[in-house]
Amino acid sequence: MIGRTRIEPLVSAENLRRTYRSRKGLFGATTDVRAVDSVSFAVMPGETLGIVGESGSGKSTMGRLALGLETPDRGQVFYRGLPMPPPGTGEWRKLRQKMQMIYQDPLGALDRRLPVLTQIREPLDIHQPAAARANEEAAAKMLARVGLSPEQGARYPHELSGGQRQRVVLARALMTRPDFLVCDEPVSALDVSIQAQVVNLLADLQAEFGLAMLFISHDLRVVRQISNRVAVMYLGQFVEEGSADDLFAEPLHPYTRALVSAAPQARSAGKAERVVLAGEPPNPARRPAGCAFHPRCPVARPECRVTAPELRSVGPARRVACHAVEAEILSFGEVA
Amino acid sequence: MTDQTLPAATAGEPIEHSARARRIPLLVWIAIGWLVAMVIIALFAEALAPYRYTAPDLRNRLAPPGHALHWLGTDELGRDVLSRLFISIQISLLIAFGASLISAALGTILGFLAAYFRGFIEQVVLMLADFQASMPFLILALSVLAFFGTSLVLLVCLMGLFGWERYARIARGLAISANAQGYAAAVGQLGASPFRIYLRHVLPNIASTLIVMMTLVFPEVILLESALSFLGLGVQPPVTSLGNMVGYGREYITRAPWIMLAPAVTIVLTTLAVSILGDHLRDKLDPTLR
Amino acid sequence: MARFLLLRIVRALVTIVLVVTFAFVVLRLSGDPAQIILGPEAPPEAIAAFRKAWGLDDPIWLQYLNYFGAIAQGELGRSMRDGRSAIVLVTERIPLTLALTVPALILKLGIGIPAGIYAALHRGSLADRIVMALAVAGFTVPSFVLGLTLVLVFAVQLGWLPSGGQDSWRHAILPILTLGIGGAAVLARFTRSAMLEVLGQPYIRAASAKGVPWHQVIWKHALPNAAIPTVTIVGFMVGTLIAGAVVVESVFSWPGVGRLLVVAVANRDLAVVQCILLLVAATMVVSNLIVDFLYGFLDPRLRSGAETAKAET
Repeated sequence: MIGRTRIEPLVSAENLRRTYRSRKGLFGATTDVRAVDSVSFAVMPGETLGIVGESGSGKSTMGRLALGLETPDRGQVFYRGLPMPPPGTGEWRKLRQKMQMIYQDPLGALDRRLPVLTQIREPLDIHQPAAARANEEAAAKMLARVGLSPEQGARYPHELSGGQRQRVVLARALMTRPDFLVCDEPVSALDVSIQAQVVNLLADLQAEFGLAMLFISHDLRVVRQISNRVAVMYLGQFVEEGSADDLFAEPLHPYTRALVSAAPQARSAGKAERVVLAGEPPNPARRPAGCAFHPRCPVARPECRVTAPELRSVGPARRVACHAVEAEILSFGEVA
Repeated sequence: MTDQTLPAATAGEPIEHSARARRIPLLVWIAIGWLVAMVIIALFAEALAPYRYTAPDLRNRLAPPGHALHWLGTDELGRDVLSRLFISIQISLLIAFGASLISAALGTILGFLAAYFRGFIEQVVLMLADFQASMPFLILALSVLAFFGTSLVLLVCLMGLFGWERYARIARGLAISANAQGYAAAVGQLGASPFRIYLRHVLPNIASTLIVMMTLVFPEVILLESALSFLGLGVQPPVTSLGNMVGYGREYITRAPWIMLAPAVTIVLTTLAVSILGDHLRDKLDPTLR
Repeated sequence: MARFLLLRIVRALVTIVLVVTFAFVVLRLSGDPAQIILGPEAPPEAIAAFRKAWGLDDPIWLQYLNYFGAIAQGELGRSMRDGRSAIVLVTERIPLTLALTVPALILKLGIGIPAGIYAALHRGSLADRIVMALAVAGFTVPSFVLGLTLVLVFAVQLGWLPSGGQDSWRHAILPILTLGIGGAAVLARFTRSAMLEVLGQPYIRAASAKGVPWHQVIWKHALPNAAIPTVTIVGFMVGTLIAGAVVVESVFSWPGVGRLLVVAVANRDLAVVQCILLLVAATMVVSNLIVDFLYGFLDPRLRSGAETAKAET
């Protein structure tokens, strides 16, 4: 038995569904938009799960559900095997020490009226208000750890560059030593030259603090660089999931293949033809019947229009939701 | 009456200070000067007034301005108009200031409650705001005074209900947008309590907007108080206020117009000064308010 | 459009309910209505009889409902001073008030809107500055100061017009001027900013860039759009036709509804105050409804869509 203890997932979710209701006028008809539908996932301690997809695919909602910022309509999120408390409760607030978020827009996430160092120490002030002195020292230390000078710590958010702001947000998120971080497009608002620095810092901090991460991005290059596993989302559902190396080397789902082929840096040289996606970009309010991807799918079959494919295992730690994949695997075999 | 949800970005957008933008126009300086004088008079009215405001000088009744003993003249009982004016400024500013603070606090709290709870409570607050905005306040105030009689405390509280809906709408709109994607949501995500979010983060961020709003509402409060007192339903004698002085001075408009003119000019100049300052602050601090 | 109007009617009803509730709450908070209405010297038997007759011993929610019922049937009580029906007392004063406020409204519209449009079209000119300065004065000079100044000049100094009373049409001139000048200034400022806003819109610039004659741009595009916000303030002015006269009627001893209200408040004549409160609320609500209806015609977006209903909530 020794050495055979199963590692429990840090954060897991089963069958999540989140529906937004939009209404026209006060008495207007309501339409339900399923932002996330039947999604299950598990993140192991120290592991990074990347989520890729176009805008409107529900990846940001996924992140908010994983953090418990929103309550799913169906299904449940678990942290260390315990169900996520409802948002706003005392228990939920306490749990924030263990899970944090990195935002796409660091300027929006920071209070413009406070010096950044004050904001970095705020999580400690919230959760251990008695230890003012220790909090100050810890914040100063963290400021240095993310590569900012004490002089920069005294500045206001708008006096810093985008990359520096994101470092501040990172420092603030790490103050309470969380073990789970949701990064929602953390570098997409930054200059390309800065992106690599921040991603590297994130990777360093992840190793140092033993963080598990949900890394949400539409940028496959960045996701590939930092993720152990990757899930591809399309209209609120996972269409493919696998280890980062496998998934980018041999994308199975036609949508994944299109994404990978469109991102030159993510594609391993010469492995796949460039696939151009036809048709309209996905609109969660008007979700096609059957497989949601079928109107744009180059290999769609009649059944795709009627039945939605299940996400099923096709090999170790590899799941895909596509009717056509059985045949596809063969063709990949030939290419390889 | 629509309410708009202002984007959070506009609330505290750092202002690019060019040398030209920083220069304050002469008119605004004059307004500030006048207001400073008014505040000093209000604070030290008793010390500055040459006579007690109730002290009669029976030998110099209805003395015209420029009199050696009474610069602004005297009223029908020979009371010094200048002294009465100083005390009136004190009382009127006290009421207007107290009422403005009450209404700003009340409106901001209700706006925050609406933003925090949303749903039913938000609808109730918005409905009350609509009601308040659509009913002429003077009529509501008069009704309350009819039922309760008048007293200084009641008057301040009553006028503290004036204009709360404007603060409430602004506070709600700004708090909602701060919650939606901005810093307030981020701080909430750190585990902060709603009190901490609203008092330590949202309030300082929207304070400049609220202060601008206050300078826009303040002149109206002064006018409202003076109207009520003019009608004899506000401040009661022997206490005196600006509107009250105009109201009683009206009796002597043919023989001694200065009794009425001194407080009337003071009302006009003070509201004008606050309006000028308010407009200036609005343009400088928060162009989104209109 | 139908939904939009329905929503507005619901809102109007809510406002009425709130006003009645306000009156009810204030009435109850101010003490024992029996004591107030019968006076402090009333014998206990009379008070008990009154309480029974008015259902004051019923549970509060029943009293509240009965209060609505009484108002719906027009039972607004009697004046304490002469025992006449409050509703009669108030209605016989309405024409006198309208005799001031309707000409004043015409004055406001006739001066304010053209002045505002002119100022907007000649932005920065001397005329614009004068209009703006006067408009600021209109905001900051209280009506009683303006009224008394007019009295001082035209009645006391020049002796052209009477200073108060209502014996002839000449008595109405100064109050009408007082009401009209202040309102015209407010309206001019409002029209000017509405107009400037519209003139700054891309479609106006596009229209004039396409070579549409300027006067046509103004008449066909700018004015109708600037009318939308202006209608709101005009609607508000119509709604305050009665309430707006309170101070001015007192200045000129004009025996209209406003003066009646001030006297009733001073005498704590509750039935009359309550009646005027409801009258004011009713005018306000009706004028708001008319404004909303006009919106439907002026704003093409409202004619088709329910978009704004969303923006409203």
